[in-house]
Amino acid sequence: MDIAIIDYKMSNLHSVQAACRKVGLSSVITSDQAQILDAKIAVLPGVGAFSKAMNHLVELKLDDCIYRFIESGKPFIGICLGLQLLFDESDEFGKHTGLGIVKGKVKKFHFLENSNSKHPIPQIGWNKVQQTSTIWKDTFLGDNYNDDFMYFVHSHYVVPEDENIILSTTTYGTTEYCSAIKQDNIFATQFHPEKSGKIGIKIYEGIKNKIG
Amino acid sequence: MKYIRIIPRLDIKGPNLVKGIHLEGLRVLGKPEDFAQLYYEHGADEIIYQDTVASLYQRNNLTEIITRTVENIFIPLTVGGGIRTLDDINIVLRAGADKISINTAAVNNPSFIDQASRFFGSSTIVVAIECIRQNDGTFLAYTDNGREHTGVEVLNWAREAEGRGAGEILLTSIDQEGTGNGFDLDLIRMVTAAVKIPVIAHGGAANVPHIVDSINSAGADAVAIASMLHYASVKLIGDLTGKYEKEGNIEFLKGKKSFKSFGQENLMEIKSQLNDSGIPLRVLN
Repeated sequence: MDIAIIDYKMSNLHSVQAACRKVGLSSVITSDQAQILDAKIAVLPGVGAFSKAMNHLVELKLDDCIYRFIESGKPFIGICLGLQLLFDESDEFGKHTGLGIVKGKVKKFHFLENSNSKHPIPQIGWNKVQQTSTIWKDTFLGDNYNDDFMYFVHSHYVVPEDENIILSTTTYGTTEYCSAIKQDNIFATQFHPEKSGKIGIKIYEGIKNKIG
Repeated sequence: MKYIRIIPRLDIKGPNLVKGIHLEGLRVLGKPEDFAQLYYEHGADEIIYQDTVASLYQRNNLTEIITRTVENIFIPLTVGGGIRTLDDINIVLRAGADKISINTAAVNNPSFIDQASRFFGSSTIVVAIECIRQNDGTFLAYTDNGREHTGVEVLNWAREAEGRGAGEILLTSIDQEGTGNGFDLDLIRMVTAAVKIPVIAHGGAANVPHIVDSINSAGADAVAIASMLHYASVKLIGDLTGKYEKEGNIEFLKGKKSFKSFGQENLMEIKSQLNDSGIPLRVLN
């Protein structure tokens, strides 16, 4: 199996699978550890609440599985909440501990009231990614996507301790935040490539080309 | 930067895309998947499917339409109409929708918003508010395509929906819907000023200046458009007449007449003109 889409009973995983199917990647939506560890690539997607997601991962013993998969050195992809869960902790409704694989925090958007330029929370919609690092070309992104529009749905954003892992930033309201990271074999995005139209599908084609 | 979303809204009856006025008097325009595909190619930011007959999801062919749609369209799809239970939401999400919208079920039982947003995440739950302006200038929410009076006051209801965990509000002016007379700017202004979550303005758009007004003058975060897009697209979709004789009113398609009050631009042209008017949005390269 090319792709294991990790199912931790949190969200709609079918859109990731539809994108895989579109580019000819075989995929399975699964909570089964053996099946996940066996795949060429694991994807941790997700939309929703951080603490509930962590509880589900622990209950299903998927936290261990994720540590082991990442140790194996095979490509691991996080999307949206799947990016945030990799971090140490989140301030969503009190402090919550994450997987602690990436050093740093998850913070909530906070804007001063300004009626002239209201920025709703959550951010739901399209925004641009600005390439901030040369390691970009070593990821599934290749030479593409600088200044392109991607689809975002989130109220929180990640703040990595090590700025060198930041691939791109995006600006919403007064906040310029990290919208993608690369740390060793981990590639994770705050945006949803599977919902980012033809540009997003090109990212999946990049994945398909990399694993042959 | 906040980029404004332009969202084609497709009202569906049985297998067909339909369009009416004030949410009634439906005409058959074609197959929803065909229109959705065209709008995707033309840079739609999301798609809304609204089941106008609110059929029961357990025996509903809308799920098949959803599944066919999401095989080829990689932007968010919101589905509404007749969603009553958490099971209904599950069925629609499993079919491939990204978000669901609720109106009647939320008005009848507001705690359904809490349950749904807790279970599926706030960003999955859109609360649709369908409004009619009253003689005293206030707005009341209606259900069942504007047929059922609820006595619920729109401003308070929008705040309550947000408080209960709605991720977005889809705000329809029934008075303006399908008329092409422009948005109800007072309504949109009132709600966008009252809530922090995104508000999708719907009902009345016939041309680009209408859309610009809803954003610049009333603060809409996203705009749902239907008639102005569908009528201009029927020609593009090709020769659809003769295929839909079994259901609905196909006189519009047979007549091939266009509605003079609506613009003739396709979605790509609409977005390009909005961009020229200084509205920040995603335009395809």
